[in-house]
Amino acid sequence: MASERDFPDSAPHLPARGIVGHFHLPMQNDTGDRRFTLDVKLDLPGRGVTGIFGPSGSGKTTLLRCIAGLQSCDNGSLSVNGEPWQFAHNPRKTLAVHRRPLGFVFQQPSLFPHLSAEQNLTFARKRAWQKVSPTEYDQIIALMGIEHLLRQYPAALSGGEQQRIAIARALLVKPRLLLMDEPLASLDQMRKREILPYLEKLHRALDTPIIYVSHSVEEIARLADHLLLMDSGKIQRQGPAASILSRTDFPVQLGDDLGVLIQARIAERNSEWHLARAEFDGGHLWLRDSGEAAGEFIRVRILARDISLTLNEDTRSSILNRLPVKVQEISADRDPAMVLLRLQPSGDQATVHGESHLIARITRRSLQELAITEGSELWAQIKSVAIVR
Amino acid sequence: MLSDADWGAIWLTLRLATTVTILLLLLGTPLALWLAKTRSRFKGPVSALVAMPLVLPPTVLGFYLLIFMGPSGPMGKFTELLGLGTLPFTFWGLVVASLLYSLPFVVQPIQNAIEAQGARPSEVAATLRSGPWDRFWHVTLPLAKPGILTATVLGFAHTVGEFGVVLMIGGNIPGATRVVSVQIYDHVEALEYTQAHWLSAVMIGFSFLVLLLLYLLQHRKSAAGIRYGI
Repeated sequence: MASERDFPDSAPHLPARGIVGHFHLPMQNDTGDRRFTLDVKLDLPGRGVTGIFGPSGSGKTTLLRCIAGLQSCDNGSLSVNGEPWQFAHNPRKTLAVHRRPLGFVFQQPSLFPHLSAEQNLTFARKRAWQKVSPTEYDQIIALMGIEHLLRQYPAALSGGEQQRIAIARALLVKPRLLLMDEPLASLDQMRKREILPYLEKLHRALDTPIIYVSHSVEEIARLADHLLLMDSGKIQRQGPAASILSRTDFPVQLGDDLGVLIQARIAERNSEWHLARAEFDGGHLWLRDSGEAAGEFIRVRILARDISLTLNEDTRSSILNRLPVKVQEISADRDPAMVLLRLQPSGDQATVHGESHLIARITRRSLQELAITEGSELWAQIKSVAIVR
Repeated sequence: MLSDADWGAIWLTLRLATTVTILLLLLGTPLALWLAKTRSRFKGPVSALVAMPLVLPPTVLGFYLLIFMGPSGPMGKFTELLGLGTLPFTFWGLVVASLLYSLPFVVQPIQNAIEAQGARPSEVAATLRSGPWDRFWHVTLPLAKPGILTATVLGFAHTVGEFGVVLMIGGNIPGATRVVSVQIYDHVEALEYTQAHWLSAVMIGFSFLVLLLLYLLQHRKSAAGIRYGI
């Protein structure tokens, strides 16, 4: 099953159970001048990370609070991997927050200020669903890298350190569903980079399903297996993260963040150049060797702005990654100077029915000067490839 | 310096203030919690009632309490029915009057301390499987500790310092209702200025120490990053 978790988008079946329910709740923003209705039918996989993505004020956090029971919603129902939490027709049987087997990580680090870090953890451990063995306790401490912080009080810790302790605290109640509400949003860029690796470790080490709310493409690209896009209280689109994030008609304005997410496998490592070759179903890419073993599955992200196009292969270029491609589709960008091209890799290694494609964002002028039309055969030069996982 | 009667008044005052403070903490904390958390439309009227003693002349409060607890008042009839007699001009009559008179000084600091926490700590605790009662004891109350300290000190000091209500409802019975402030008034009436000086000096010293303690506590707490107000 390990490979399925590493390669979730190719999983041939959905789990029989999952997170199923619906919420219908009229709401308004803080100033009260914009009203909309949260109207969501959920059917999420009961494993892996589900990202809830959308602009601020789209109802992401409210949805998460409904799932947790922090926001009461009379017209709602929810069952998590077969356990009913909330009934639409019987609100009295709805489980109170403290009776739902969940963990919750808030946007602001919310440690109890009157307790030390360790006492905060003990608060959760004492109330856990099942006994937390000393080994498990030590594992969670090690996973979040917080041994050296335990004696401190929250006021003496940085935002990132507090958030790591808050995550460990949420894990110590042994939740059967972990909810995270933009856990990185209140942190600066440095602290984000500090925490992201811990979240990725969490994802790999844990069997607990996670619902992760964020408005950052970077976080979603790195963490989510499944993605749910929200706007104005409604679900705009949902499905495997890689396929949803790799579309040119992404419903939320991404600008420079637009790009594709590709599952790949390390084929070989070249110690002379410190490079690694990764295969995906559209060919192969050279990456900076960052220590992954051959055979390991990785997820790479290629931004649309990092792809340039040439009519012939330019062998006298410093750019390593050049792929023959065929233009599948040309679509307008929100910027009137730019167009978006959906490219299908067409090289020898490309699988015939490969899912992976690329998106390039070029100027309208270049499109005309190179006389590119749908069906044109071109070479894509990829300036940078980021391993996101 | 201080006569036996003076010492009796001091002892009575301390007994009264301690009794009232303990009762006020027991009754005022749930009331403060309700006021801090409720969205009921009665929140406004109840807050106004609690704050009334801050603006009313003590004589007005004392006057109505006298009627209310007297032989023909509803509470007087009730206490007589229970065989307790009437409360005015007794120690427990003073206790009841002081409870009302000092109520805002206890309720408001605790209410402010709970309101300043916001809903978050309680929500966090709920996601950590902590039920309502557990949350109250282990999260809300400990976080409101500075406010509760302030409430204790203010409630105690304010009860020690009252005069008008005592005069209306308690009269001037040694050992039962003659508290320090009344004793000073008696000394002045009898032109015993030296005696009045001594007792007054004790009151000034006491009040200063109490307020000093309060501000030192506040300073220490705000340095630890916990905010609250009086």
